[in-house]
Amino acid sequence: MATHEVTFPVNDPQEILKLRAGDEVTVQGHIIGIRDRTQIRIFDQGIEPPMDLSGAFLLHTAPGVRKLEDGRYEKVCIGTTTSARMVRFTEPLGAQYGVRAICGKGGFPDDAIEPMQRLGMVYFAIVGGAAALETTQIEEIEEVAWEELMPECLWKFRVKDFGPLTVGIDAHGNSLYHDVQARAQEKLKELYARL
Amino acid sequence: MTTLVDTDLYHAVEDAAAYLYVWALKDIPQDLRDALEDAAGKETSVPGQRVLSTILKNVQVADSEKNLVCQDTGIAVYTCRVGEHFPLHPARIYAALKAGTERATIEHPLRSNAVHTLTRENTGPNTGHRLPIVHWEFVPDWDGLDVKCVPKGSGSENMSFLKMCVPADGVKGIKQFVLESIVGAGGKPCPPGIVGVGIGGSADYAMYLAKEAIARPIGTRNPDPHVAQLEEELFELLNETGIGPMGLGGDVTVLNCHIEHADTHMTLNPVAVNYQCWAARRASAHVAPDGSVEYDREF
Repeated sequence: MATHEVTFPVNDPQEILKLRAGDEVTVQGHIIGIRDRTQIRIFDQGIEPPMDLSGAFLLHTAPGVRKLEDGRYEKVCIGTTTSARMVRFTEPLGAQYGVRAICGKGGFPDDAIEPMQRLGMVYFAIVGGAAALETTQIEEIEEVAWEELMPECLWKFRVKDFGPLTVGIDAHGNSLYHDVQARAQEKLKELYARL
Repeated sequence: MTTLVDTDLYHAVEDAAAYLYVWALKDIPQDLRDALEDAAGKETSVPGQRVLSTILKNVQVADSEKNLVCQDTGIAVYTCRVGEHFPLHPARIYAALKAGTERATIEHPLRSNAVHTLTRENTGPNTGHRLPIVHWEFVPDWDGLDVKCVPKGSGSENMSFLKMCVPADGVKGIKQFVLESIVGAGGKPCPPGIVGVGIGGSADYAMYLAKEAIARPIGTRNPDPHVAQLEEELFELLNETGIGPMGLGGDVTVLNCHIEHADTHMTLNPVAVNYQCWAARRASAHVAPDGSVEYDREF
């Protein structure tokens, strides 16, 4: 299992194709925070997102923030939510907007494997609940769109040494979650026989 | 005079609620820290080790930065044990807990998660219709109040399962349901955590008991030896599933399994599973009738 450093947004698809399920990744550059209501607005209500998502790294988050007098937002506690609820947006995020990476916790079900392979996307697993650490890796909240969805807005964060992340699903059709479930289902048969 | 006592006590309970909510979110209990260290020592998979060392680092950063361990401030759930001679009525205790939850949310500030369940519009600073949730116990021949706060995030609460097994399913049915629930949950509830199981009673009471179980100090055993044995067996079986830290595969899937039980109807065999994430937050306070408050981890 290799370790990589990737800067987002990415222009070169090779940056994504070199990543393999199980690899460790640290991220630099800019990432975009997104959540259930943000994606419902984009895809179910058909409203164009006011941020460029091409080559982007999306983080499943609804941050805890403090609004400053000048209208900007200061981080308080930023962590990551469960991804599985939002798996149906994977294909259109890649196909319509050119998103390259989705990061969350808990993994995506197998529905994500095919579109990620076809569109050259990866799923990064972060450690859920490790928000105190994650907050220190977010240098600044640079932009906020759709404030009326607070805290499920579109957020642009500048990050430094964001991670460690694990490649949960790569762009070659491999998913750690699929493999772990397949092994666990086999194991369950053995355990049931022992009960 | 009665009014004055009532007012002082009301504010003491409000202060306690506000303090407990934030304390629980920032500073996880020592028994949990020890269990996470043990887990890191046992785990052999590479992604699993990466997850556990990140968790331990995160707990340290939360201490040093005085930040929340996890951003999900959850739903504030309180359990109150009210002495029959405690001089503040439970209706006022509830109002004080609600006011304390709101104050903590606004002053810290904490992320407010509360929404109307149909419109999904925010209903207030972590409060709303029937929020916070408060469970009550009443204690005869006593004049004190114990308050425990267990804020529970949605990642783990979404992984709650209920099955009305039939008596012929027996203990085997209970074990199978717990195993299939935890395997099915995979990485979603932020493993390794505490698996709370409620057995017996009725459908609603079984889930309540599962929730009680996750709030116990980690690794404590049910006083009923039959139940304690089931806790040990399930703890071992669950760690054979290979789900591992954050569902990425590994040796440590759960930190422990706690079970609470109630006697039930002869034709019922309810099993409820309530998962508690690795950041198993809890904090308690004892309020004396004079309004003095002592903070502690347990009741």
